[in-house]
Amino acid sequence: MSRTLSAPVTVAFDYTRSVGPVLGRFLTGLRDATFVGARTSDGRVVVPPPEFDPVTHAATTDFVDLPDTGTVTSWTWVSEPVAGQPFDRPFAFALVTLDGADAPFLHAVDVTSPEQISTGMRVRARWAAERSGQMTDVVFEPADAPDTDAPARATADDPVTGIVTPVHLDYTYAASPEESAFFRGLAEGRILGQRCPTCQKVYVPPRPACPTDGVPTVEEVELSDTGTVTTFCIVNVPFLGQKIAPPYVSAYILLDGADIALQHLILDIPVEEIRMGLRVKAVWKPREEWGTTIENISHFAPTGDPDAAYETYQHHL
Amino acid sequence: MRDVAVVGFAQRQLQDYDGSPQCAEMLVPLFAECYEQTGWSKRDIGFWCSGSSDYLAGRSFSFVSAIDAIGVLPPVNESHVEMDAAWALYEAWLKIQTGEVDTALVFGFGKASAGVLRRTLALQLDPYTMTPLWPDTVSIAALQARLGLDAGLWDEAAMAEVVNRSLTDAEKNEYAVRSGGSSVEELLKRPMYADPLRKHDAAPVTDGAAAIVLAAGDRAREVRDRPAWITGLAHMTDGLQLGTRDLTRSASAGRAAAAAGAAAGGLGDVEVAELHAPFSHQELILRAELGLGADTRINPSGGALGGNPMFTGGGIRIGEAARRIWDGSADKTLGHATSGPALQQNLVCVMSSEGANN
Repeated sequence: MSRTLSAPVTVAFDYTRSVGPVLGRFLTGLRDATFVGARTSDGRVVVPPPEFDPVTHAATTDFVDLPDTGTVTSWTWVSEPVAGQPFDRPFAFALVTLDGADAPFLHAVDVTSPEQISTGMRVRARWAAERSGQMTDVVFEPADAPDTDAPARATADDPVTGIVTPVHLDYTYAASPEESAFFRGLAEGRILGQRCPTCQKVYVPPRPACPTDGVPTVEEVELSDTGTVTTFCIVNVPFLGQKIAPPYVSAYILLDGADIALQHLILDIPVEEIRMGLRVKAVWKPREEWGTTIENISHFAPTGDPDAAYETYQHHL
Repeated sequence: MRDVAVVGFAQRQLQDYDGSPQCAEMLVPLFAECYEQTGWSKRDIGFWCSGSSDYLAGRSFSFVSAIDAIGVLPPVNESHVEMDAAWALYEAWLKIQTGEVDTALVFGFGKASAGVLRRTLALQLDPYTMTPLWPDTVSIAALQARLGLDAGLWDEAAMAEVVNRSLTDAEKNEYAVRSGGSSVEELLKRPMYADPLRKHDAAPVTDGAAAIVLAAGDRAREVRDRPAWITGLAHMTDGLQLGTRDLTRSASAGRAAAAAGAAAGGLGDVEVAELHAPFSHQELILRAELGLGADTRINPSGGALGGNPMFTGGGIRIGEAARRIWDGSADKTLGHATSGPALQQNLVCVMSSEGANN
């Protein structure tokens, strides 16, 4: 058994933004298989067009349509591509200077070995058949590659006003030794906390340091699975991935013997009867379903005991 | 201006720190080291400022859990930057200049090994025209390296010399995660990874954390015989678009060096410079931009090629440069930090054994 637990974690969202008049014009151009650059105050033609002039800071207004041929100004060989790049096999990233432009921009070149690309090489755009107004509508290929059918220039009349970039990040979550002990305890049906050696407070889930004193917490404490509702929220709003039909209760539960409340669900009670001081007990899933997860506890349910006196939890709110 | 000095420094660098979601656990022992160096407790710290990013390890509000390591009852005066700890140091230095506080503890932490670092860093690029292609950091640095090679500004041997010197020096750095010099010839025999870069041209993915203590005037003198007085401090940035920058240079590094140097009486007499160059050719660019003297010792710690924990790789350069003042081995040193793609953002911190007002 390794010292600590780990698990994959994915963070994913669609980066969705309006793009304004300058980038909108550039992206509309991509959708229509045209590169749109702009002239900056120093006389250079730059693509993609900057929204504001790098020197005068004035809004960019002098747009220039450019051909879709150009020259490799610099390149590198991507020997181990990462997810989301234009190719999922080795390829070249390059700084490409379009004919008529004075500054290069970064894009991919479709070559299958580093011997097929060099500084100064002529390239041309290869447009995707389906285009939405994104950088991914195009890649570059050597100018002497067999020509594919040129795409229709304009595909729609309305300008591109926004982008959606899917962002998907994969991580390995490495639980700390304290968290690992907590999750391993759950797999045995136990709830483990840790006591601060300075202030004597018991934290659950345990954390590496006492947030009050900044010292490591070391003494392990097994806690009851019965406790008191200190505060709660009735969830009425549906959201993506919701597992329970609203309305339902999410609450802070101060387990007996703990000094910090644990967040969990309260079920088996009409939502209008939820209240501070309510005594609740963990409802565990069938043992054969247990893993190293807080989901071993399905939810908390009322014990039927009288409510706890306010004084018993007033310092834990 | 108040005289402000670096008076404490502690660091950890590891290839892959086991059992930590984001390396905040490292902070408790690092703060303890800072207290030991200064003889202070957390109540002596007037201001806390950290550098970190949630994207690095995929954890939201990561800086809040790092605050646990401080112990915040009574509450502390605290801030955060989504930048290397060197920029947190800049904010703390400003805070001390306002007169509101006399001391500050600056820290950073990052678990770069939690994801695919070179891919995660694509999120610092222009989100409209660059991130959709997921250009990884190594590829962008390689494009920069080739521009300089093609222009004859440096060659592969010069890059290998930087690597060989750095990894040789890193042998003496107990925190380095990569070390061991060989020879330029041996290094050039190794295969390309991101042509024209070999793996040793790029800093290793490094987990880590670091903490730096700043103090003004007499608070600094009570800690050390030779505080590292900050005599020049500046940071500058270049634009986001790679195409409109001259990538064979780092104009913002040059401007930051000019501003910090003007305050510090020039940079020609800097004895030791710790440069934050995550790629070998970037050290060559920085040396040219900073205008250091020919006999300035560069990166005696081994620099970022020996270990480059995200969000402290720059702060550690300042800490390493400060140590040379403390131990009397130098009277004027420089720490540099970079952030963003291809040396886009740069900070220069000049330190001296004499404060401007002593």
